[in-house]
Amino acid sequence: MAHYELDARRMFCPMPVIRTQDKVKQLETGDTLEVVSTDPGALNDIPAWCRINGHKVLETRDADDEVFVLLEVCES
Amino acid sequence: MSVSSAPQANSQQRKAVALISGGLDSLLAARVMLEQGIHVEGINFFTGFCVEGHTHAIRKKDKSKPKRNNALWSAEQLGIKLHIIDIVDEYKDVLLNPKYGYGANMNPCLDCKIFMVNKAKQWADENGFDFIITGEVVGQRPMSQRKDTMPIISHHSGADDRLLRPLSARNLPPTLPEKEGWIKREELYGFSGRNRKPQMALAKQFGFEDYAKPAGGCCFLTDENYSAKLVDLWDARGTREYEMDDIMLLKVGRHIRPAPHYKLIVGREDGENKFLQGYKNSYISFKTVNVPGPLTLLDGVASDEDLKFAAQITARFSQGKNQPNVTIEARRTNGETIQLDVTPMPIDEIKPEWYV
Repeated sequence: MAHYELDARRMFCPMPVIRTQDKVKQLETGDTLEVVSTDPGALNDIPAWCRINGHKVLETRDADDEVFVLLEVCES
Repeated sequence: MSVSSAPQANSQQRKAVALISGGLDSLLAARVMLEQGIHVEGINFFTGFCVEGHTHAIRKKDKSKPKRNNALWSAEQLGIKLHIIDIVDEYKDVLLNPKYGYGANMNPCLDCKIFMVNKAKQWADENGFDFIITGEVVGQRPMSQRKDTMPIISHHSGADDRLLRPLSARNLPPTLPEKEGWIKREELYGFSGRNRKPQMALAKQFGFEDYAKPAGGCCFLTDENYSAKLVDLWDARGTREYEMDDIMLLKVGRHIRPAPHYKLIVGREDGENKFLQGYKNSYISFKTVNVPGPLTLLDGVASDEDLKFAAQITARFSQGKNQPNVTIEARRTNGETIQLDVTPMPIDEIKPEWYV
């Protein structure tokens, strides 16, 4: 299990989701990924994508015009 | 298995890939298939021109509104997976060279649908799906959803009779899933025309309440103002090439072209100003120094006289518009700055025809 980070700043819906989707495809079950985005919509969209695709959202937060989503890759 | 291979035994659960736009029709079409026991997964294509999200994300005054991606919302309501595909680069050829031309604006709807169904077919081939479904309804759209153009989509996408439109299927010839008995034709629908009441009634029957109701569709290319800005950009550059940043900038600010060789993009509020500031290393930019005001980008080439003119326009849209002088900082892309003390341009000197 490993931890990864994804910089999705200056991208707008749905690009942060697409980048998250593409990154998760490369990861193993149990890996964690923190996505940072400047699109406030990502705070809802990435967790929605996780729910649909069976991945676990560990934490979401919002600070200084950036949003952070920490997710765990699950078997789906 | 490939969508072009032979049908499987009827006991095996069949799989359909559904084009999910985030609107009501695609939501219902997918639900109708789920009702018939089909395994459905959604696919959503991002062209760069999708109305979804961008403007809300940029404009500060909209930031308090709840935001959601409607395609993701649809998938969640349906309990299906959704695959979002970036087709920004491939889509350029669809927009620039549409075989079937444009609709009322720069919308190549028929070519667009052929392209998307073809992409969905490729995805189905690669992922072992049996057929493709869309929310199309005969007679609903003037270009891509007519009785005479819907077969063109089936044929030219390569999907042929593996393309099923569950909401309008009974107005169309039987497709492979119907002929093979994978689904029951009598449980499909025969909706037609622009009347949305049948869809709304079906939504109520399925318990869908908070579905998206976009005014004017989900694509900026159907928007007259956006299309005019796009054509202006191409005309000014002498080429129809574009990048993602170009199509994003067309969604932001006031676009003012005082002369053929340059255009100004003037932020309308803080969110837009902040967004435009991200382009200061690619465009000449202007900001007010002694009063609150917009961030302005200059797209094109500019003489010293043009810089002064652009500064006067920027001052016009600042809170110092009624003052005798406003100080504007003009910044070149290499970081070099100059300060200009200018008289704000009187509003009647900004000609209506300059607005793109």
